[in-house]
Order: sequence, then structure tokens, then C-alpha cells
Amino acid sequence: MAFTPRARVHWLAAALALPMLGCDRSASTPAVRFRGLDLTGAAYGRDFRLNDPDGRERTLADFRGRAVLLYFGFTQCPDVCPTALIRAAEVRKLLGADKDKLQVVFITVDPERDTAPMLREYTAAFDRSFLGLSGDLARTRETADEFKVYYKKVPTGSSYTMDHSALSYVFDPQGRLRLAMRHEQTADDYAHDIRLVLAQNG
Amino acid sequence: MKRFALTLATLAVAAAAQAQVTVKEPWVRATVPQQKATGAFMQLTAAQDAKLVAGSSPVAGVVEIHEMAMDNNVMKMRQVAGGLALPAGKAVDLKPGGYHVMLMDLKGQIKDGDTVPVSLVFEGKDGKKQTVEIKAPARPLNAAAKTDPSQGGHAGHAGMKH
Repeated sequence: MAFTPRARVHWLAAALALPMLGCDRSASTPAVRFRGLDLTGAAYGRDFRLNDPDGRERTLADFRGRAVLLYFGFTQCPDVCPTALIRAAEVRKLLGADKDKLQVVFITVDPERDTAPMLREYTAAFDRSFLGLSGDLARTRETADEFKVYYKKVPTGSSYTMDHSALSYVFDPQGRLRLAMRHEQTADDYAHDIRLVLAQNG
Repeated sequence: MKRFALTLATLAVAAAAQAQVTVKEPWVRATVPQQKATGAFMQLTAAQDAKLVAGSSPVAGVVEIHEMAMDNNVMKMRQVAGGLALPAGKAVDLKPGGYHVMLMDLKGQIKDGDTVPVSLVFEGKDGKKQTVEIKAPARPLNAAAKTDPSQGGHAGHAGMKH
């Protein structure tokens, strides 16, 4: 990971600068402390309104008190989605005693094929605590737009695949969007940043 | 040649009849019920320049050779146009984060531990085609890509060949 050493240096710089920061909490969380992209205060990614596999409507408020790791994908995806969910399961393990302070949410960008039972089985194959959410086509598009998530149906053979953004979003226990983590980052990077988000919120 | 093929077979590796292309460590990602697509992964080494041009499997209606690429944090998956090039003697990995054999229109669930037959069609420089039958074990949906460098072709068995 080319960015890791640099991130460490910044982390060190941030630690050294810490005593000088006497201001409020949000101002004392410099972007450099995170390995992911700091989105604190972003005017997007505020909420979603989607159904869980039991048909219950879910919004971010349901997860208050926990950090949320949010990923957009689809179950027919043979590569990045399993990789992202395997990593998310590893992140929970890395959090140890704090693992239940993280809710992993998987939003499908392919609601035509990803039925509720499939979503349930799919997310459970990685970790039983993971939650799959879906909406109809219009709601899916609205949600993706709110999160600046790109996705597009791409025909292949007699079928189709989905291009989609492969970032994972991190929300703090107050439900505020804090970070975007890149697909290339490791479980350790994710856990590092989620621990910081949890620590800031007590 | 026969002995070589035999050695590979003992390594749970499917070898081409003429050992033109060897296939190492094939595996398929298991699916959940109703899931219609998944990927097959393996390592390919061609004795002479060749291309992987097609595939088929009794478990899938459609088999394509795909490449996954990240473009500005967007995952894109595309059929490899003109086939996947296999330069002579070079181990080419089909693994998460790169190439895979995409199995689509699945006829049923692929469960962990199932054995999935896949026919791979290779084309040599002379245009001659060769079909290699492999049997790929299904690994759990949450199986990560193997990153063990000892599984790589450069260090291990492929060396015997050249």
C-alpha cells in the first residue's frame, strides 16, 4: 500500500500537533488522522430509506449508537463485492470487544435480481450480523445519487453485469457520514479508522 | 510429457492432454440459492503463446472470460475482447481483482465442496483450438483469494516444465 507510510507520517504529525488543538471536537479531527477520505461535514450521504429482507423500512437512525460501514454492490458480482464483505467481516474481528459497535450494511444496486431472500443469504454467508437492504429501481437510484454512488447496468452475453462505485462509507454512531474507504485499503486500515470514529463518539 | 501430466494430476491439477496449457488450483466461488452468476479462478500457463478464448460448463448457460478493473473507485467488469493472452511459459492468474471465468445463467446453487466441471478453449498462434476439461472445487462464498506466494507458478511446479 503506497499510501500507508504517508498516512503514518500524517498521523504522527497530527499526534504531535494535538496539544495545540484546543477547539471543539469536530475541528480537532483533522483529515490526516484517517487513512480513508474524511467526509466529515459532507452535504450528501445523509440518509437512506430502504427495506431489509424482512420488508421493514430502515434508515440510518435505526443504527444510532453504532458506527455503520455501508457498501453498495450486487450479489452476482464475483469479485469486488465478496472481497469487500470478506474484509468487512475481518474488520469486525479486528474490532474485538467493539465488534458489535459496527453495523455492516450492503445496499444492492441490482434490485431486479437481488431478492430479499437472496440478500439475506448472501450477507449471512459473510457474517450473520450483516444487513442487506434494497429498494425499487427509483428508490435505488435516489439512494445512490444521495451517496454519489455510480452504478450502471452493462449488458454481457445474454445477461448483464453492474459497474458500480466500490467505496465503503463509514458513519459515526450519531449517523453522520465521516469517511469513504477505498477498495484497495486493507481491513487494518478500515478498523483503524472505525476505531477512531468510535473513540471520538465515546 | 505423460509423466509431467501425471505429476500435475497428483497436485490436483487438471492438465491438457498435450500439456499445452496447464491449469493450476482452479476454484469456483460458491453461491446462494437463486444467485445466477459466479466466478471461476485459476492459474494458467501455456507452453506456447496461446489465448483463452471461450469456456463452457454444464452448470452455466453462459461462460465468459472477464476482467475486473477499478477505474476511479468504480468497479468495471468486462468481457476480455479477443481472448485472454497467455504468453509462453508465463503463469497468468485468474483471481479476484483481475481476471476470472464468469459463469452466468447458473442452473442451480453451487455449494461449498461441489465440483464444477468447466471446459476451457484455448487457441494457439496457429489458430488451432484445444479444449481443456477442468474440475473446479467450489470454495465458500466468503473464500478470499489465495495470496500464498508458494502457490505461484514461478517458485513451484511450473519450473519443471521448461
